Amino acid sequence: MSAPAIPSPAPAPVAPPPVETMTVKVNGKTLQVPKTMPDWQGKPQATTMLQAARCAGVDIPHYCYHDKLPVAGNCRMCLVEFGTPMIGPDRKPVLNEDGSPKIAKSVLPYEPGTPRGAIACATPIAPGMEIYADSPATKQMREAVLESLLINHPLDCPICDQAGECKLQEYSVQHGQAGSRFVEAKVHKPKAVDLGPRIVLDDERCILCTRCIRFTKDIAGDDALGIVNRGSYNTIAAWKEGAFDNNYTLNTVDLCPVGALTSKDFRFKMRVWFLKETKSVCTSCGTGCSITIGSREGVIQRYEPRENDGVNGPWMCDSGRLNYKWVAREDRLKDVMVGGRRSTWTAALKEVSAKLAAAPKGSTAVVASARQTTEELFLLKKLADKLGAQTASVARTGEADKLLVAADKNPNTNGATLNGFAAADLPKVAAGIAAGSIKTLVVFGEDVTQHGIGADLLAKLETLVVSDILPNATTAAATHLLPGAAHAEKRGTFVNVKGRLQKFTKAVEAPGDARAEWEFLHDIVLDVTGQDGFVSIEGLFNQMAKEVPAFAGLEWAKVGDTGVNVPL
Amino acid sequence: MSTKVVERKPLTAYERTYLPSFLGGLGVTWKHFKKTAPFLGNKPITMEYPEQKWVVPEGYRGAPYLVKDQDGATKCVSCQLCEFVCPPKAIRITPPGQDGKPADRANAEKMPEEFEINMLRCIFCGLCQEVCPEEAIFLQKDYSLTGTSREEMIYDKEKLLKLGGTHAGIQKWKHKLDEAAGQEVFPVETR
Repeated sequence: MSAPAIPSPAPAPVAPPPVETMTVKVNGKTLQVPKTMPDWQGKPQATTMLQAARCAGVDIPHYCYHDKLPVAGNCRMCLVEFGTPMIGPDRKPVLNEDGSPKIAKSVLPYEPGTPRGAIACATPIAPGMEIYADSPATKQMREAVLESLLINHPLDCPICDQAGECKLQEYSVQHGQAGSRFVEAKVHKPKAVDLGPRIVLDDERCILCTRCIRFTKDIAGDDALGIVNRGSYNTIAAWKEGAFDNNYTLNTVDLCPVGALTSKDFRFKMRVWFLKETKSVCTSCGTGCSITIGSREGVIQRYEPRENDGVNGPWMCDSGRLNYKWVAREDRLKDVMVGGRRSTWTAALKEVSAKLAAAPKGSTAVVASARQTTEELFLLKKLADKLGAQTASVARTGEADKLLVAADKNPNTNGATLNGFAAADLPKVAAGIAAGSIKTLVVFGEDVTQHGIGADLLAKLETLVVSDILPNATTAAATHLLPGAAHAEKRGTFVNVKGRLQKFTKAVEAPGDARAEWEFLHDIVLDVTGQDGFVSIEGLFNQMAKEVPAFAGLEWAKVGDTGVNVPL
Repeated sequence: MSTKVVERKPLTAYERTYLPSFLGGLGVTWKHFKKTAPFLGNKPITMEYPEQKWVVPEGYRGAPYLVKDQDGATKCVSCQLCEFVCPPKAIRITPPGQDGKPADRANAEKMPEEFEINMLRCIFCGLCQEVCPEEAIFLQKDYSLTGTSREEMIYDKEKLLKLGGTHAGIQKWKHKLDEAAGQEVFPVETR
C-alpha cells in the first residue's frame, strides 16, 4: 500500500497584528485586556467590564446578557462596584503617597457614601479601571436584584422543567439571600400559555430578560415576540396566540435562563439531572450542528445544541432537534437475517465474506449511504476496490434557509465524496443489474427501491447484502440482512457541507443484535481483503487519515469536540 | 505494652464436683422464673405476635407511602427528587410527559403517571420523606411487608396512595389559585 501524497503543510499563519490593550484591575488582580473584543455579531467593540472580568477568570452573574445576542442591560444582575483613576483639577491623575494612582469609587452623586454600581455587560472599560466583582457592595446589589426578581416568581420548582439547569436557582444559591421578606400576595400572570406549536410559556416564571425577543428578532429574523402590559403585569407574548412558529423557536427554551419558556416535546418528560450528556452531531442535514444528546438508561430524551463557532454557534433548528424519535422506534431492525431466517453474526459474516470473495471481479456493486460515518465509507470503499465493484451513493436534497439548514439532507455527503462514493453513479448500478453484469449488490443504509433500483431489478440479483437501521422495501428483499446502529449508538465522524470534520460519541446502546457498521465491516474487510488493523475506531480513523489525502495529518485524538476543517 | 499475667488457680476438690456452678445456675433460672411466671402474678413481657401487635412509637421509620391531601387529591407532582435521592434506587417514577393525564387537583399541572417503590430494595432511610418538597411521601408505621413474589413487593401508585391515607397540609397550589382568582376582581383585595 503506497502512502498517498501528503499535501505540503500549510504556510505558518501570519502573526496577527499586535492587540491594543489597556490595564485594568479585577478583584485586585492587575491584567492587560484588549481594548476591543468581538460583540454578538463578531464585530470589534469596546471591551466591557464583563468581558474584562472573564479575561481575569471571574464570572459575573448575568441573565439578559448573552454572547451571541445584542446587549439589553435590563436584568441588572451584573451590577458591580467599580472605580476609576481620580483626575485632579489640573487634569493630571491624583496619586497616592506611594505613587500609585488614587482610585475614585463610583458613588451616587447626591449621596457620596453609597456605592453606585454599573452593569458589567454594557459598561466599557477605561484605562486603570478597577472592578470589584466580589466586594460587599457588589454582593449587596446582587442580593437586592435577586430579591426583586423573586418577588413575583412562583417558586414552583417541583413542577418546573427548568429545575436543575435554572439560572435563577443557581444564582439564588450563589448570590441570593437565604430567606424571603416578601409577605404580600404575588402578582399572578397567565400560566401554560400556548406560544407556538413547540413552546409553552409560563408568564409567572419569566424575569423579562428579553433574550427570547432579541433572539427571534435579531437571529431568527422573525419578530414574533414582545412584551405587553405594564409594570408588574409585564408579560411576554406572541403577536397572536400560538403564532411563535419559525424553525428556530426551541432555541429560546435554551436561552431562557428560567423556566418561562419550555419545550412541549420535553415538557414533563424527564428531570434534567437524570440525563447523561453525550457529545454528538445532528444528522438531519449537511450542516451537522454540534449537539448534546441527553439520554437516560438507554433512551434518548432530547437533543440540545452544543456551542461550536465553527459550525452552528450556540443554535440549532427545531426540525433537527426533534428528529431523534426514530432511534427508539419499535420496528428497528434487531436480528441478523440470512435467507429470510434469523442467524448469528458469526455465521452471517462468514457467509457474506465467502459470497463476496467468490464473486467474479466486476460482478459486484456497492451502494453506500451519505448518512454513514466517514470510517464506514472508508471500509466500504476498501471492500469495493478489492472486488472491483461499481460504487454509488444516494443524494438527498431539500430546502435550505438563511441561518443553519443546508439544502443537502445527508449529514456526510463530503465524507462519501472524499472516500470515492458519488451519487451520480447510481444509474450505472441500475444499468449493470438490468444488463445482468452485476449479480451481487451490497447496500448500506439506503432504500434503493426509492432511487431507481426497483424490486424487479433486485429480483435479478443472486446476492443482496443489506445493512440498515429501519425496515424498508430493500431490507425486505435482502438475502443477507445486517442490522446497523444509529449515529447515537456508535462513534465516528461526519464531514459537513463546508468541510468541517466532527466526531461524535455513543450515547445509547443499539437494540437487539444490531451492531455498529464499522465493527462488522471490519470483519468482512478482513475476510475478503486480508487487511487487519482496525480494531478500534481510533485506529480505524488514524488508518483512514493515512490513506485518504483530505484527512492527511489528522488523528482521532487531535480532532477536538468542535472538529477540524478538511480540504474538499 | 504491659501484660498482666493472670494466675490460674487449680480447682479445689469441692469445685471439681461442679455442684457449686450447677446450683448457682439453677439459682439464676429460678430468679428469672419468679420475675416472669404469669401464675406468680407477673405481667407477661413477651407478645403473642402476630395476634398481638406492637404499638409503634412516634417517629418510627416504616414503609414509605404516598399521601393524599384533604380533598383526596394526589400530592405528588412527579418532581423525582425522591427517585434521585433514594440510596438503593427503590423508587421509580414515570413522569406524565406532554400528553399525560393532568394532575387531579387544579393548578398543580403535574402528577406522576406511575410511581413504584420496590419494598425489597427500600432501606427505610427516610431520605425520600426528607427531600419531598410537596409533603407527599411519608415513612409510615408498617413494618411487616410480605408478599409471595418479587412483583408483588413492587408497590404501584394506586397501592401506595391507598395505604398512605390522607395528610392535611397547606395546599399551596390551591392557595396560589385562590390568590390568582382574587386578582381577577377589582379592586384587588389586599391583606
